[in-house]
Amino acid sequence: MKAIVIGGGLVGAACADALARQGMRVTVLEPGPVGGGATAAGMGHLVVMDDSPAQLALTARSLELWEALAPALPRQADYHGCGTLWVASDEEELAAVEPKRRAYLAAGREATLLDAAELARAEPNLRPGLAGALRVPGDSVVYAPVVAQFLLERAGATVQREAVAELIDGGVRLESGEMLRADVVVVANGIGAVSLLPDLPLRQRKGHLLITERGPVHIHHQLVELGYLKSAHGNDEDSVAFNVQPRPTGQLLIGSSRQFEQPDREIDWPLLRRMLRRAAEFLPALENISALRIWTGQRCASPDHLPLVGPHPHLDGVFLATGHEGLGITTALGTAELLAAQLFGTPSELLKHDFTPARFERMPEPAHA
Amino acid sequence: MPERTLAVLTLDGVRVMVPAGTTVLAALQNAGLSPLRRSLSGEARGALCGMGSCYECRAVVDGQTVRTCLTPVQDGQNVRRLMEVNREV
Repeated sequence: MKAIVIGGGLVGAACADALARQGMRVTVLEPGPVGGGATAAGMGHLVVMDDSPAQLALTARSLELWEALAPALPRQADYHGCGTLWVASDEEELAAVEPKRRAYLAAGREATLLDAAELARAEPNLRPGLAGALRVPGDSVVYAPVVAQFLLERAGATVQREAVAELIDGGVRLESGEMLRADVVVVANGIGAVSLLPDLPLRQRKGHLLITERGPVHIHHQLVELGYLKSAHGNDEDSVAFNVQPRPTGQLLIGSSRQFEQPDREIDWPLLRRMLRRAAEFLPALENISALRIWTGQRCASPDHLPLVGPHPHLDGVFLATGHEGLGITTALGTAELLAAQLFGTPSELLKHDFTPARFERMPEPAHA
Repeated sequence: MPERTLAVLTLDGVRVMVPAGTTVLAALQNAGLSPLRRSLSGEARGALCGMGSCYECRAVVDGQTVRTCLTPVQDGQNVRRLMEVNREV
């Protein structure tokens, strides 16, 4: 059995690894460097999120899979169990923490409530006057491009540095004109899937990240404001939210921003200023640190904020693994487990939820070559 | 012949006089201040590209971390290498 995986990011690499473990011979098609797209652009925050039961199941299961994988990872993967603090600015946000905590516990993830004083002790650099936080100690961070490379090597996958021009019956046609045949084709190239399957309900959602110099400001957890959820799920307007990660080097990674339909890679300076101002409202000491680099990336968003994992409704042998938006690093491992379950009947609790592309009814047949 | 103006800077506490119009990187290198930085694991780091792309020549100029290859010298600048600054932190 032969498989082609389109996309050498973490989702593609995890899928390649899962297919190889079922005995498939896997070819990965990636025109750029392995893990060089959204995989490199993101924060690498492994985070449980509970916007929907399906998302909670997928992220919680993925965290279990990350914990199992961690001992095998190379040191350069920088896997680091720092946990997450969901920071509540006011009593209203703090009131929303308790149902969240119960949902996490129900999903088998540890979560504890910190009051204002406990939060101040846990993270002295946060501004005074915050209401509290939800501490999720099982969350982690990882440097995802290294993991993508590791999984591709573990899979024994052949990586071809080529772009796919189109999907054809039983395989793909490369930009070079070459045809490759396979029993299964997995489309796992993020927003790039749209160029192969224009009818997919996917939109780009641009984000900015900044990394600081090694410096004097130390935090211990990935810090995210509870308002992040409003930003992630709000309307189509540009939004920012406080989301800062401590790197093992002593640097800080600062996010986050969301913009629809901004396909360029340019820095949006007014938005960046908003993002940094938001971050400094929570961590005033950021004012004294220098930025080292700033970059942007493109998330691949679906209408219901869940990925598209499963068979294409109309194309035999074509499976999708895309649309992970800001959770592709976290959920790559769960995605791969789910894909293997769909293809080979291996067990997965994730089959209880509908991640299949067919849930979006409107997917006309693409023209066949 | 136009008169050559000079700028007086302080490099890691040492006052030096350099021609105006040069860069802070050139001033550091001409003063023999090498390496410019140390990596996290203590390896020597210094200017690689000289054109603002590699970020390896960073130093603190008047309190701001800058790419010294892109920073013209100015009279009165206080320049400190990052390892000097971090030693104090």
